[in-house]
Amino acid sequence: MADALLAARGLVVSYGAGRLGRGGSAPVILHGVDIAIGKGETVGIVGESGCGKTTLGRALLGLVTPSAGTVVFDGRNITALDERARRPLRRRMQMIFQDPMSSLNPRRTIGQILTEPILLHGLAANRTAAISLVYGVLDRVGLLRHTIERYSFELSGGQRQRVGIARAVVLRPDFVLADEIVSGLDVSTQAQVLRLLKELTSEMHLALAFISHDLSVIRSICHRVVVMRDGGIVEQGSCGDVFSAPQSAYTRMLIDAIPLPTVDSGWLGRSTAETATTI
Amino acid sequence: MIPSETLLDRAAVELQPDTELRPPSMASRLMRDRKVVCAGGFILLLIVLALGAPWIAPKDPLAQNLLLATVPPAGLPGSEPGYLLGTDGLGRDVLSRVIYGTRVSLTVAFVAAGLACLIGSLLGLAAGFLGSAIDALISRLVDVWMAFPPVLLSILLVAILGTGLHSVITAIVVIDWTRFCRVVRTETMGQAQMDYVVAARAMGFSRSAILFREIFPNVVPVLIALLTLEMGIAVVVEAILSFVGLSVSSDTPTWGGMIAEGRQIVHEAWWVLAAPLAALFATVVAFNQVGDGLARSLDPVLRR
Amino acid sequence: MSALRLAIEALSAISLRDGNRPILRRVSLAIAVGEVHGVVGESGAGKSTIAKAILGIIPSQVRVAGGRITFEGRDLLALSTNELRGILGRDIALVPQDPSTAFNPSRRIDAQMTDGLRLKRGFSAKEARMRARALLEEVQIRDPERVLNSYPHQLSGGMRQRVLIAAAFGLEPKLVIADEPTTALDVTVQKQILRLIRALQERHGTSVLFVSHDLGVVAKICDRLSVLYMGKVVEQGSTADVLAAPSNAYTKALLAANPRYDRPDSGLEPTPPEVIAALRAEIAAFDRGARQAEHG
Repeated sequence: MADALLAARGLVVSYGAGRLGRGGSAPVILHGVDIAIGKGETVGIVGESGCGKTTLGRALLGLVTPSAGTVVFDGRNITALDERARRPLRRRMQMIFQDPMSSLNPRRTIGQILTEPILLHGLAANRTAAISLVYGVLDRVGLLRHTIERYSFELSGGQRQRVGIARAVVLRPDFVLADEIVSGLDVSTQAQVLRLLKELTSEMHLALAFISHDLSVIRSICHRVVVMRDGGIVEQGSCGDVFSAPQSAYTRMLIDAIPLPTVDSGWLGRSTAETATTI
Repeated sequence: MIPSETLLDRAAVELQPDTELRPPSMASRLMRDRKVVCAGGFILLLIVLALGAPWIAPKDPLAQNLLLATVPPAGLPGSEPGYLLGTDGLGRDVLSRVIYGTRVSLTVAFVAAGLACLIGSLLGLAAGFLGSAIDALISRLVDVWMAFPPVLLSILLVAILGTGLHSVITAIVVIDWTRFCRVVRTETMGQAQMDYVVAARAMGFSRSAILFREIFPNVVPVLIALLTLEMGIAVVVEAILSFVGLSVSSDTPTWGGMIAEGRQIVHEAWWVLAAPLAALFATVVAFNQVGDGLARSLDPVLRR
Repeated sequence: MSALRLAIEALSAISLRDGNRPILRRVSLAIAVGEVHGVVGESGAGKSTIAKAILGIIPSQVRVAGGRITFEGRDLLALSTNELRGILGRDIALVPQDPSTAFNPSRRIDAQMTDGLRLKRGFSAKEARMRARALLEEVQIRDPERVLNSYPHQLSGGMRQRVLIAAAFGLEPKLVIADEPTTALDVTVQKQILRLIRALQERHGTSVLFVSHDLGVVAKICDRLSVLYMGKVVEQGSTADVLAAPSNAYTKALLAANPRYDRPDSGLEPTPPEVIAALRAEIAAFDRGARQAEHG
């Protein structure tokens, strides 16, 4: 992929890597993952709990230090950058979290949470200018302006996740990592949040890595999908290809296990050979 | 990249923070809390008494008058005008001695508890946030420290440093910083696990910004509760050290010293014991109430 | 139509903390012998309150304001705590939502599984252990001895949920309340658990009240459905009818919001504001009617 914005090659992460005081052999969470995400592309990363999808996302953002492999962002190797050298890149690479309750500091107002990154990265000269940027993004994500006076626990789940999105896009990033961002939401709220995200990625030409356990959600907003299992990639390709003709038995099993809201009396009885080994 | 520019800039419009939606200020919230107002008022009164003791106290707290020994408080048979709370075994005015006693008690409450809090929480923040080697070092230090019997340690300290206010304060700080250190460390570690800390890292905030702007505000409520608790404890510890004669010299009136003297004549003159005990009790309760109230109103999470 | 197992009639509940706000608005539903009845709705719709009302574990800030829950000819709401205790566990059992917190972490599985058998069925310790072993075999656990000797944290989420299901069905109850039993599980494990519940239910003729937010899950396991919105049943019927030809606008909106991998271009439809407005108006009218009935 020549025009990849973000690419990882041979990424290995073992637990306890980069920490002091932990001896012995650390269990490997990722072994040799290759992934590339193009400009403006939405890539779904799917897998069951413990497959390493969250760790992969955090390694791409440099929040977890890989023990081997490289991460290249916009043509620059960023694997071993220290925090100071990485700071200018932080603005361009953002993250939206699964649980907006825990990812929004409960003792800071939404206004503080949204303006401080703007000031840190110098996108506004002063607080007043930063707040006008914040108002702009609140309007765009469908939140009232007086939300800046609120604390996260005063908002509904959907509103909180909109704040999470606002925090990510207000810095005008090139890449956003979204980690299970709709798994705690009701379907109607989920639909609104996913629509918003879809619109923003195309308006802002964002590259998006969308981590989810839900293949139906991935199918509805992603261009490509990466299927992970046990710290490695099982299959990847365009959503059309993977869903219509999955190459790996594991992908097929994941797709078969999705309950569609239609009555199908044979569905429960149909089982794939691999099923018995996973419990 | 034009679309994103317009998207975010198009609404860089007029700024009208809707003030009517602003939540009430902290001061007005505090004033509505009756317990806090009463307790805070009491502490304010103590501060005034401590600062203005020479002008407020009706008598010289050290002036003995053996002809007027163990005079009961006003309203009881045998009371003397001018001695509102009666006199002690040496004929000294109990009210004046209680008023002068606030000086030592409040000094100890604020200085000793404040220093213990400062030292303990800085070490606790460092241990909880920096982790690994620093955490191991500080935590072991706390473990070893807490293994010393506190009473022995304080008597030892006073024996080395000599009696006096400074050694009482030193003893309290040296013994009680571990209390703050342990609580703040645990709290910091818990907060550091939260996603908002990861979010701050992903934003590129420096470590000190994360520690003091993200984590610390979430530690403050528990710290305030602990600090006011410690103020109460410090007042009691000073009284205990006075009681056993290890605090300031006996020519400075202290509540602990008065309790020690009152205990000996409790059957003839109970008020000599009762007055400083009541002052001590009310002070500890007031500090705890103010702590609860402050934690409630400072903390947006508890406030809901 | 076969015999009724459970009949909920006009069940109403209010929140005492929130200005007597209604939580359930005259909910009626009936579960036949051997039937799985799904209760679907979004968070705050009152799904769990129904389950809790049957189990007599309504939280203190909620009060049942009216209605009846008839089980085997007795109104559960009118029973004393002791009478209800006699029924719970033996005739009515619960499969909880979160298998990670449903166990006491410091007791081994065998101790926790045999409690109910000894207490409710009067088994001796040895009999109870044998029965627990047989139950685990029935839920296709291959090494029941190892599981019985384990502590909860030593088992995977799917395994824990299997144990909970074995324990619930093990007392051969007539009714099982399953409160979002697969929400915390991966999809492949979820499928196995659903299959297991269905198989046990069919084998023992158990009736199941299946609470879920997931239309896909209820489509696969429930015979009949009640769709709940703000504590009111807005649609009720056989699963096939409700999902294939929903008559209520809210049910339609829920289906339209649900993404489907087989139809990438549909789904994610936001609920139209006029649908929400109509629903709210309906709820408000209902509440006015209820108030008038109360005063008149």
